This record gives sequence, structure tokens and C-alpha cells, in this order.
Amino acid sequence: MQRDEKAQSSGDQVGAGGRPKTVHVKIHRERCIGAGHCVQCDPDVFSQDEDDGIVILTNPEPSPAHYDAVKEAEQRCPSSTIQVVDD
Amino acid sequence: MNAGLNMSETHHSEPKFPLRRTVGPLNLPPEYAQFREEGPLKKVTLWNGERVWLITRREEVRQFMSNPNISAAPETPGYPALTPARVTTVKNYKTFLTMDPPDHTLFRRMLTGEFTAKRMDELKPKVDSLVDRMLDDIIAEGPPCDLHTKLALRLPVTVVSLLIGVPFEDDEQLVELSAAQRDLSVDPQVATRANQEMLAYVDRIIARKEQNPGDGSDMLGRLVLNQIKPGHLSRKDALYMINLLYFAGHETTANQIGLGVLDFLVNPDQRAKLMADPGLLRNAIEEMLRYNSITHFSSSRVATADIDIGGQTIRKGEGVFALVAAANRDPNVFQNPDKFDIERKNAKDHLTFSFGVHHCLGQPLARLELRAVFERLFKRLPNLRLAVPLEEIQFKENMFVYGVKSLPVSW
Repeated sequence: MQRDEKAQSSGDQVGAGGRPKTVHVKIHRERCIGAGHCVQCDPDVFSQDEDDGIVILTNPEPSPAHYDAVKEAEQRCPSSTIQVVDD
Repeated sequence: MNAGLNMSETHHSEPKFPLRRTVGPLNLPPEYAQFREEGPLKKVTLWNGERVWLITRREEVRQFMSNPNISAAPETPGYPALTPARVTTVKNYKTFLTMDPPDHTLFRRMLTGEFTAKRMDELKPKVDSLVDRMLDDIIAEGPPCDLHTKLALRLPVTVVSLLIGVPFEDDEQLVELSAAQRDLSVDPQVATRANQEMLAYVDRIIARKEQNPGDGSDMLGRLVLNQIKPGHLSRKDALYMINLLYFAGHETTANQIGLGVLDFLVNPDQRAKLMADPGLLRNAIEEMLRYNSITHFSSSRVATADIDIGGQTIRKGEGVFALVAAANRDPNVFQNPDKFDIERKNAKDHLTFSFGVHHCLGQPLARLELRAVFERLFKRLPNLRLAVPLEEIQFKENMFVYGVKSLPVSW
């Protein structure tokens, strides 16, 4: 997804090229409904438990190159399970 | 049901809801755009005089549906009943659709593992070959053909049985019973009777699976072994759950297949684009989901605390319907929103599968089936066309889920 489109649809204030230095991903596993959007957005950071489909965070501190993908996962997650903290 | 903007009949000068499609079968009721322009929230009146909120814009629908202070449970004070028939059906049997967390989470998680990417990968070759076989049959029988019966409905009915792991004995009966339960205009007694017949059937298949659960290689077998036998899921709850899967698993997808075919038949330029570049398929599926919005609005919600949203306050105990169809045509999000455009960059920003904890459980399966159909249909039938003028196609005006009643095609 293009950065400027995302900013338009999500209200995200980070400008083009304004990726943070570090990315921390948190999950609230108790909220997860197993929709699996996060795995589609970034399979290097998110996975699904094979039995119940619930999210597994495989990489809580991905490189800044993953920023766009994990932010998209945060936006797309229907149950507000994913939280991206950047600085 | 008296629908339409009939101000004189309400005490509050508010439009009645639901509304009718008065400007063509693929267009939304014109009031949706009007409400959305007025603001993100709109007060309307239901059949029983009850006043409820509609949410009309995408951002506010997203915010509201993911707000923890809303309830989808009919026992919550203020829960709005969409129709008299719905009063009966939602109260007669309870599934995770009409539960809130933590109960909702508990029941839903018994099924989330059935819709993982891995399970979908396992199902894909089976679904693909089902579509191939159905198209073989259609081509062998020759035109004209009712594509609704022969493909749009037949595929998801077959797939839901495949998913549950028990071949349905009588697909036609399943379709009839399901339709009677879902028809918004039907007599509540008819809905109840159809519900009871369906439950009796589901009860028999669960009983058989309990006697012989196998090794857990199918969904119902797993549910018996992992949930019913250890006592996590009562027999009654299992009954309602499987019943829900049967109807939710076929009716929505059937209608989306039918309307999706129609989208391409009335927009030949889009069909030519898809044929020229099969790489557009994935986005085309998202665009048909956005454009058709087969369920125009969410099921009932009620605020369990005051909620500030879109510059207004929804008070605790007030009923709300998220108008997903209006949100999917929100011009602040989708440029030229009333156009069916398979190259639309942000088509997947639609909320057709809803948002929040009740986000559609079966969406990966629906997408899988839609891909299987639209990957093949126009390749196998390059001259596919409507066999009657569009004006003669009949639509389901009274159903919670919108779609065609039949789709006569030729080639």
C-alpha cells in the first residue's frame, strides 16, 4: 500500500519517508479473534496458532523497514489486538 | 414493511429504517448518501417507533464497531429489534453473534482455528475443483442457465458441508429453511418453524458424529472431541453453533457471487480489464465486496455507556446500526465511490465483513470461494451474458442479505 494513501485513509500523521528509528509491536492476545489480517500484512512479524488461529508475535522489534506493514496490520486488525509503538 | 422517507408517519420527523433501493438494483437507497452528507450520525425510526442511530461514514463506523462499550446481545437494555421476525429469531437461539466478550470470545475461539491460512490452503484445491466441476456441468447442459442456482448458490452450499465435514443430505431443503429464517418480511411463526426444522437436522448430524467422531479430521469431529466431550460446549450451544455455520456459510457468499457476476456483466470494460490482466483478480474481489455491500448494515448494537463519536453523544441504552453500505461509498475514502472499478487502489478498505470483535469469521473462506469462481468463470464462458434484460432480474428486497433471486445467463 502506498504511504500517502494510507495516511489518507487512516489519519496516520507520519509523513512520507518519516519512518521511526525503532519499532515495537505489542499484542493484546486476549482480544484476538483470529481474523488473520496481520499475517497477511507482515508474515515476518505475525503468525497464527495452528489450533485456534490466535495471533503469535514472532518478532516484537522488527527493523524500521517493517514499519508500514505493521502499521497496516494495526489499522486492519478488527479487534484492536495490535499496538505499534514507535520513536 | 413500510419503508422509505415517510415523515408524516413518525412523531419525530425522522426517516424510517430500513430503506428501499428506489434507483436501481445495484444502487443504494439514495437516502444513504443524503444522510452521510448531513453528518456521520443520523437518527431514524424503526417499525415499532423506536428511535435508533445510523452511522454513515467509514471512519465513524470503524470507531464505533471497535468501541468496547457496545453490546450485540439482545438482553442488553435498549437492544433494537430490526423487525418483528428478528425479535423471535434472535431470542430463540443464542450464538456468539449475539454475545459480548468474554462469552463471545470463548465460543468464537472454538472455531477460529477452522479458518486459519493453513486450513484455507488445504481447502483451496477442493474448492477449485468443485468450481471446475460445476462449470463442466453448466457447459454440458448448455444455455440458458440460472447461474444463481447452478453455481452461485450450489458452490457455497457444497463448501459449507465440506467445511463442517458432513455431506448435506438435502441441499435444497437447507436453502429453503435458511431463507425462511432470514427473510425480514416473513411471519415470525414461519421463521420459528424453519428454525426448528433446521435444528432437528443439525441435532441428528451431531448425534451421529458423537457416536463416531473419527480422528478429528473434520470440523464437526474436532468440535465433538475437543469441545463437546470434555464439557466445554453444551449440546444445545453446539446445535446453535453448527446451525449458524450452515446458514452464515452459504447465504452471504451465494449472494456475493451472484451480484459479482452481475457487476461484470453490466460493466463490460471492467470484465475486459480482468480478462486482460488476471493479476487484478485479488483487488477485483475486494472491489465487488465494497461495491455490493450485501449486508447493508450491521446487526443491532446498543451502547452500554455514553459514547462520544462524530461530534455527538450516543447515550447508554441507545440502539445503533452501522450503515456499512454507506461507509463503503464514503467519498472521503473512496474516490468516485459509486463506480465499480477493479483497479481502485484502496478497495480493500471496505467494511463489508464488519469491524470489531464480530468481524466475519468466515471471510477467508468467502474470499477463497470468490477467487475460485472469478478465476474461472469468464475464461470458461468468454461470451457469458444476461439472458434477459437487467430490468427483469429479480432481487431479494426483504432479506437481511441482498442478492439476486435468479440469474438467467446465456453464452
